[in-house]
Amino acid sequence: MPHDSQMRRLIRFVVFIASLLPLAWLIWQSLTIGLGANPVEKIQRYTGDWTLNFIFITLAISPLQRITGIVRLKEIRRMVGLYAFFYASLHFINYIAIDQAFEWDAIIKDVAGHKRIIFGFISFIILSALAVTSTNRMFQSLGARYWKALHQLIYITAIGAVVHFILLVKIDIRRPLIYAGGLVVLLGYRMALWAHKRVTAKR
Amino acid sequence: MDKKHDIKPSEITPKELYMNRRQFIAGATAVLTGLSSLELLVPSRADSGQRLTVERRGQYTLQEEQTSYKDAANYNNFYEFSTDKEDVAELSRNFRTRPWTLVVEGQVKKPKVYDIGDILKLFPLEERIYRFRCVEGWSMVIPWIGFPLSDFIKKCEPTSKAGYVEFITLLNPEQMPGQRRDVLEWPYLEGLRMDEAMHPLTLLSLGMYGEVLPNQNGAPIRLIVPWKYGFKSIKSIVRIRFVEKMPTSTWTKAIPSEYGFFANVNPGVDHPRWSQARERRLGEFSKRKTLMFNGYAGQVAHLYSGMDLNKYF
Repeated sequence: MPHDSQMRRLIRFVVFIASLLPLAWLIWQSLTIGLGANPVEKIQRYTGDWTLNFIFITLAISPLQRITGIVRLKEIRRMVGLYAFFYASLHFINYIAIDQAFEWDAIIKDVAGHKRIIFGFISFIILSALAVTSTNRMFQSLGARYWKALHQLIYITAIGAVVHFILLVKIDIRRPLIYAGGLVVLLGYRMALWAHKRVTAKR
Repeated sequence: MDKKHDIKPSEITPKELYMNRRQFIAGATAVLTGLSSLELLVPSRADSGQRLTVERRGQYTLQEEQTSYKDAANYNNFYEFSTDKEDVAELSRNFRTRPWTLVVEGQVKKPKVYDIGDILKLFPLEERIYRFRCVEGWSMVIPWIGFPLSDFIKKCEPTSKAGYVEFITLLNPEQMPGQRRDVLEWPYLEGLRMDEAMHPLTLLSLGMYGEVLPNQNGAPIRLIVPWKYGFKSIKSIVRIRFVEKMPTSTWTKAIPSEYGFFANVNPGVDHPRWSQARERRLGEFSKRKTLMFNGYAGQVAHLYSGMDLNKYF
């Protein structure tokens, strides 16, 4: 149906642009009022926040689709997931190139020596693998079963990213706890669904 | 000594001019929001931004560029107001620093309640430009104004039993919104060993950049211990107590595995969750190497000789 494909394109375009708005806001701020006394830290925090936000939006899509019955939501999931990778890449690049200024000795020590960095690093590697295998071609060559199994790893990324955030704050864990709470809801929903399916299947 | 810094950033705009501006803003706001706000505005405005008469300067200075006043006054930790460094200035705007008293008690021959106005007149005020290194990995260079804590301690005449000095911040959740949450145990408490407290580098500070301390930086009186992480330099002090035993400072109580009593700046001992080897000096792009005892090893290393600094972090 031509009408349907137009609609699909429109939705994708809107999501594509909307997902760039957080970056646009950061650039706008840096050009106008500036990024405050510690711009490197601000970029690091901001891109980290938006990585988490996009991971959570990605994870919220399938429950939302089930609850609301809007099937179309599934069409944007891949793009939202790729934006999670996009913001994670900015976060990673800012850490390597600007915060650590490519001082590999220091980076290796940091990754090896601090749990916080290990959690972030592993989450980023998994997310990269998911981004690379997100194409239709990869879906076909891996086969639906393996592809789906692989992409279940997003849960590990989400948990790793939240732990990475919790380990960052000195003591005020309010904000990371909000994400942790969100994670419990999103994963809890899936577990409840899975349990429900098993029970009904047995009957 | 260091001619480059003879002109302070705060001196560029003539004082009268910006005080006028502030009065205008305060006045206009008062008119707009009604007379009730006058009570709130006037006491705080009266002090912040006031210039201090500095009688001594140049003895403690650095060949490093000073942090801009704007950064120093808008990016700092003061959990009594907020755990967000960039919210502290706004949330402390109406903090009342008058009337203010400082209680001296414990193992002293001369316990006394000092009025802040009298403290200002106790000793000639001195400007000292010190490095300031936060445990979080950022640093500044700040021209503090104050007098050596040792001068004040001598005046209090501690007894031979006084082994440590304990400092306590104001407890006032009404004025300090951060104290309405139990993120730390209030009031904030810090301590120094007597020899650290008596060290000539240790300062009781009343001002910075030629002016009275801004509220967000610990007005009206705070401690500055330049070779230790910033959280040791307790702000808005109301009580100094001389004690026999080592006090447990607030951060040590909160997370003993991460924050010790000594908290000396040490690039060789990492925070369990991040590296302390380097720091970002505000205003600079790349990180610089953190110096042992924040660059004051020559003056203070002997205080810790024979101590295992991995254990006594």
